[in-house]
Amino acid sequence: MNSEKIFKYLLVSSGVLMVLIALGIVATLFVGSIPSFKEFGFGFLFSTEWDPTEGRETYGALPFIIGTLLTSILALIITFPFAFSISLFLGEYFKDGALPSFLRSVVDLLAGIPSVVYGLWGFYALKPLVAELGLNAQGFGIFTSSVILAIMIIPYASSLGAEVISMVPGSLKEAAYSLGATRFEVVRNVIVPNAGSGIFAGYILALGRAIGETMAVTMLIGNSNNMPTGIFDLGNTMASLIANQFGEAEGLKYTALIEIGLILFVITGIVNYIGKLIMKKLSA
Amino acid sequence: MNISTEISDRKMKQRLLKDKIFTNAMIFLAFLSGVPLFLILYQLAIKGYRQLNISFFFEEAPDTMEAMVAVANNEIIPGGIANGIVGTLIIVGLASLIAIPVGIICGTYLAENAEGKFAGLVRFIVDMLQGVPSIVLGVIGYIWIVKPVTNGFSALAGSVALSIMMLPSIVRSTEETLKMIPGTLKEAALSLGVPYHKVILKVILPTGISGILTGVILGISRIAGETAPLMLTALGSTVVNTNITEPSSAVPLLVWEFYNDPNLVNMIWSASLFLLLLILGLNLSAKAIAKKWKVQY
Repeated sequence: MNSEKIFKYLLVSSGVLMVLIALGIVATLFVGSIPSFKEFGFGFLFSTEWDPTEGRETYGALPFIIGTLLTSILALIITFPFAFSISLFLGEYFKDGALPSFLRSVVDLLAGIPSVVYGLWGFYALKPLVAELGLNAQGFGIFTSSVILAIMIIPYASSLGAEVISMVPGSLKEAAYSLGATRFEVVRNVIVPNAGSGIFAGYILALGRAIGETMAVTMLIGNSNNMPTGIFDLGNTMASLIANQFGEAEGLKYTALIEIGLILFVITGIVNYIGKLIMKKLSA
Repeated sequence: MNISTEISDRKMKQRLLKDKIFTNAMIFLAFLSGVPLFLILYQLAIKGYRQLNISFFFEEAPDTMEAMVAVANNEIIPGGIANGIVGTLIIVGLASLIAIPVGIICGTYLAENAEGKFAGLVRFIVDMLQGVPSIVLGVIGYIWIVKPVTNGFSALAGSVALSIMMLPSIVRSTEETLKMIPGTLKEAALSLGVPYHKVILKVILPTGISGILTGVILGISRIAGETAPLMLTALGSTVVNTNITEPSSAVPLLVWEFYNDPNLVNMIWSASLFLLLLILGLNLSAKAIAKKWKVQY
């Protein structure tokens, strides 16, 4: 009887540990950013100044919040036609066979490539291309990082879509076909309205991925601390700012970076929560 | 009459044309998405194979001077990535040692308590942990371990950050696998008078081992290529280091260092190739296990 009880406690305690880890992360980030919050208040969110010069240190998060949202939303827009095509290909047009299983493996493997390798490839293959097209003098910038991010999130954006598309009831599609609809019309008028929110949830979760991505962005965005003026301008994201400056940071800068981490944590949390909420509504 | 059939005929043709264009565009875009994988593999293989030799696996990373001399003489750069390989093995191994038991136990708890309010909360938290950006976990590893415990950058801090990162995928894959095991199996064991914990340990978990193993391998492949959290925790080291309280190198960290040092640029391709093959190999073996050892009753 005793070992029975111990075992049950063990199971529950693992759940308690999860809660503690999550609370610990939140508390750590909160406590760490208190000094910065005391200094700058809510103005931290809206200030565009990031000046570590001693004596007149001021830190503001706005350029990095904008940079993060700009790169990740642009990445989502670029990834859309590709991810949607894969979802349709695997979920509706070709469900079984060698070709779709090949495509499925390729997409899975895309998810496995380390961020730093994507960054390298972006630096040596994509950046010169962007520069050659004359979009930007050196090829660095928000646009370049968005293209790499778009490739990186294809697997996340397409897999949920393929799943919900394959679950659209056959009777609905057959009814449309029997009225003489072409396959394209079935996709547009039956599949998209039915699977739309699931596809959308997949994109939201992919957006969450893109927001937190660090290495590939760090290597391509140009790491400028100024407010970006357009999508071809240099910029910086919250994640890459932390990666670049946390190592040697001290004092005020250190806590400002932790506050950036807290903001990043909250934004990804909200985005992921919305994605899960849509998914939950679907399965209910 | 004649005119109206002609019009509807033209409309029909237009609709069919639209359908054809759409289908072809979709197939084209779907396969175009896979092209980067092959471009990346090709570039790494072409530029990286020259450096792959025995010393690549058994020697420490060269310093800038050695590399510069070698490049100037048009030789391959001496040395290898042994410090990175050892570091990755230690950091990832320790992270697995922390995350695998906790993850499996927590997954079992969630599978055994499908309803329950607390289980629902835990499930929600695991979902949220999955979404935490890796760089934030690096900051956490720094504040939790680097400052108070090891008094400096350390492999241990890297392991803690990475273990939090791999936990969610182990928990969820364990839960999903155990949920698929039919209740009759458990009931049969219980009806024979087997105590509950033995039912779980000797019947349920062994039955679901393939799914759990798949989750574990995917979790490992997810963290093996991580660079960002290690930059804030393990930092890097130029020599092989087996002391977990000291700074340590790792293969992805070496890729980052080579990238930042113009003299070592030739090394990044081979180091990346090694890292990529390692991770793709882990991914493929996870897939193979999932396929071969499907839960059977």
